[in-house]
Amino acid sequence: MAVVSSVLDLIGETPIVDVSQLSPNPRVRLFAKLENQNPAGSVKDRIALAMVEAAERSGELTPGSIVIEPSSGNTGIALAMICRTRGYHLKVVLPESVTVERRQALEAFGAEVILSPGAEGSNGAVRRAQLLSDEHPEWVFLYQYGNEANPTAHLTGTGPEILRDVPDITHFVAGLGTSGTLMGVGSYLAEHKPEVKVLAVEPPSGEHVEGLRNLDDGYVPPVFEKWGGFELLDGKRIVRPLESIEWTRRLAAETGIFAGPSTGATLAGAIKVAAREDEAVIVFVVCDGGWKYLSTGLYSGDLDAAAETLDEVIYF
Amino acid sequence: MSTVSVRIPTVLRAATSGESLVTASGETVGAVLDTLVATYPGLAPNLLDEDGGLRKFVNVYVNDEDIRFMGKLESPVTEGDEVAILPAVAGG
Repeated sequence: MAVVSSVLDLIGETPIVDVSQLSPNPRVRLFAKLENQNPAGSVKDRIALAMVEAAERSGELTPGSIVIEPSSGNTGIALAMICRTRGYHLKVVLPESVTVERRQALEAFGAEVILSPGAEGSNGAVRRAQLLSDEHPEWVFLYQYGNEANPTAHLTGTGPEILRDVPDITHFVAGLGTSGTLMGVGSYLAEHKPEVKVLAVEPPSGEHVEGLRNLDDGYVPPVFEKWGGFELLDGKRIVRPLESIEWTRRLAAETGIFAGPSTGATLAGAIKVAAREDEAVIVFVVCDGGWKYLSTGLYSGDLDAAAETLDEVIYF
Repeated sequence: MSTVSVRIPTVLRAATSGESLVTASGETVGAVLDTLVATYPGLAPNLLDEDGGLRKFVNVYVNDEDIRFMGKLESPVTEGDEVAILPAVAGG
């Protein structure tokens, strides 16, 4: 490994591990793309760096700028690391209902945390950041849900890496949050290997959100609409907390990959594909590591109790 | 006619007297939603738009698969299926 001059040079070019031992069918191979190996610990390092560099190029970000962003955690943590090293002040609007580790990680990088009501979920954090940004036009609002640099980072980075390392890929499975990973990788595959099926997994996070006045307070990321998400995706499914935890535990126990619960959900989605296909090569994304979820108790002990805890927490 | 269970998210439970799991029947998701709305008229403005299509910020799943990537409201249901209604929520 070469010596690099900044931790930011370590973003991207993540390894892929063959975890076919988890496959229910010997003719279906499974590959894990380890995005947890990015320096701030998640797939969001890629988009955070891409968004900051795009704003620097456009002249929007200048030394000493204040940056604001809503995040359920990982984008905020990635931005916090980058802003710290580049000399920007970061404010993250974070729903109260995330794990304590996420908040602590933000503070470790010197970001300012603005809490939004847990009952409003992630949508409430987005709305709050939008209001604050309107009140403070001098702040830089990167807005991952509508920022072209988000899917573009995956179109030019993650997508080419996956096809280069697993050229016989037949299915790509990833979690749906801002939709950046799926839109970027999906677009790259649509152009270079259009027969690959692109599948999204999401948690049932809307189930308990109470703070919405009605369903029109719901949210479809502009990135998803602009990049043609309805055409690009071949399917989208919910994976519930219990199943997410089971697969998060199996991934750690059987392959040594210690991941967060959204990865367990993604793996559960990949396993469903593996069970119905005769022959396939499935690549799924390990979005982040397990460290930030230890306080939920999801890695050991009673499964139902852990599922109940996770039900209350935003983890995508 | 297939009878299916329908999961109602917290935000819509005022229209179902607080029930989180109700039953409805039909051969397609559209028909299930029609019978659901007939029983719980308060759900109507939240689920369907003026043209009878699914509202933008509502996701409907059959056995956890999003119907927008299957046959939309024409997606078939069979006896014992679970239909889930969820508001669209952003991650990140």
